[in-house]
Amino acid sequence: MDRIEVKTNILKDNQQAAAQNCQLFEREGTVVINLMSAPGAGKTTLLEATLRNLRSENRVAVIEGDLQTDLDAERIRALGVRSHQITTGTVCHLDARMIARALAEFPVQGLELLIIENVGNLICPASYNLGEDFRVVIASATEGAEKPKKYPVMFNKADLVLLNKADLAALSGVDLAELEKNVREVNPNAKVVTLSCKTGEGLDAWLNWLRDAIASRKMASMNA
Amino acid sequence: MHELSVAQSIIEIAEASASTQNCSSIQTIKIRLGEFTTIVPEALEFAFEVARRETLAENARLEIESIPMVTRCALCGTVNDPVREIRLLCPHCGLPLEIVSGEELQVEYIEVESESEGTEWIA
Repeated sequence: MDRIEVKTNILKDNQQAAAQNCQLFEREGTVVINLMSAPGAGKTTLLEATLRNLRSENRVAVIEGDLQTDLDAERIRALGVRSHQITTGTVCHLDARMIARALAEFPVQGLELLIIENVGNLICPASYNLGEDFRVVIASATEGAEKPKKYPVMFNKADLVLLNKADLAALSGVDLAELEKNVREVNPNAKVVTLSCKTGEGLDAWLNWLRDAIASRKMASMNA
Repeated sequence: MHELSVAQSIIEIAEASASTQNCSSIQTIKIRLGEFTTIVPEALEFAFEVARRETLAENARLEIESIPMVTRCALCGTVNDPVREIRLLCPHCGLPLEIVSGEELQVEYIEVESESEGTEWIA
């Protein structure tokens, strides 16, 4: 019996596809957000509120990931924003190859911002890089304060954590300060924004974070 | 059940290695799996049983080396091995901790039966 050294990352194919996506996005000057959360944390509602504000300022589009239906892509299209639905069937996350295939029929040329709404799931999407610039994870107040401790890998990999449904925190018996503390314990470096799509609290902070990301990308491509 | 696609990736990587050496079958696939990943060893073992069918790894054993999560403070050097609760702030100085290990996801080596071994025996 012979031993052959392999020493290869198990997710190498995905990493390579993600690197190619990333190169394409950089060439086009598109900022790409990978938006993740548990099902029902308010990803699509947040996107609607975001696009109502940004659609007149920026060239923006959305890729939606779900197991079934194109209901979410329809909600985005209803706002007059380009969107593309990936239905994964039974696969519980988007991977970089699915994004590459989507880009073949949904070009990003000229886009300043592409938001990819991942499948609602706090586990495996954390392991699959899509070629994004930033990972944004939503923890909604109605899910309780312990989500970051229970799903540490997902929260650890986030650049920005949005504490959504802040208006429902008191009703849900959830202390937002405790939720934020739990985020910090698994990810001391993430930026944290408390928001409510219903009252509009924190929405400006989130929009300005996106505007800054778009402006930085523009500066970088001008200097390149 | 993302462990199934992970198991398939492991077998694809192993088969690619085996084919460069003209091997007839894979006996062992050894992987290093960090605790701070989204992969559960038991689920991966089960998925591997399914994924190996009709491949060079049909009779292969999956050997999983579980790599514990270890964190270290860049300032005071405190090293922790968080068991039940992940806390990436240093308990002494409050600074962010770096992850030293626990994120491994690697096919380390494979053990194979080469074609020539089989034919030699027949001869």
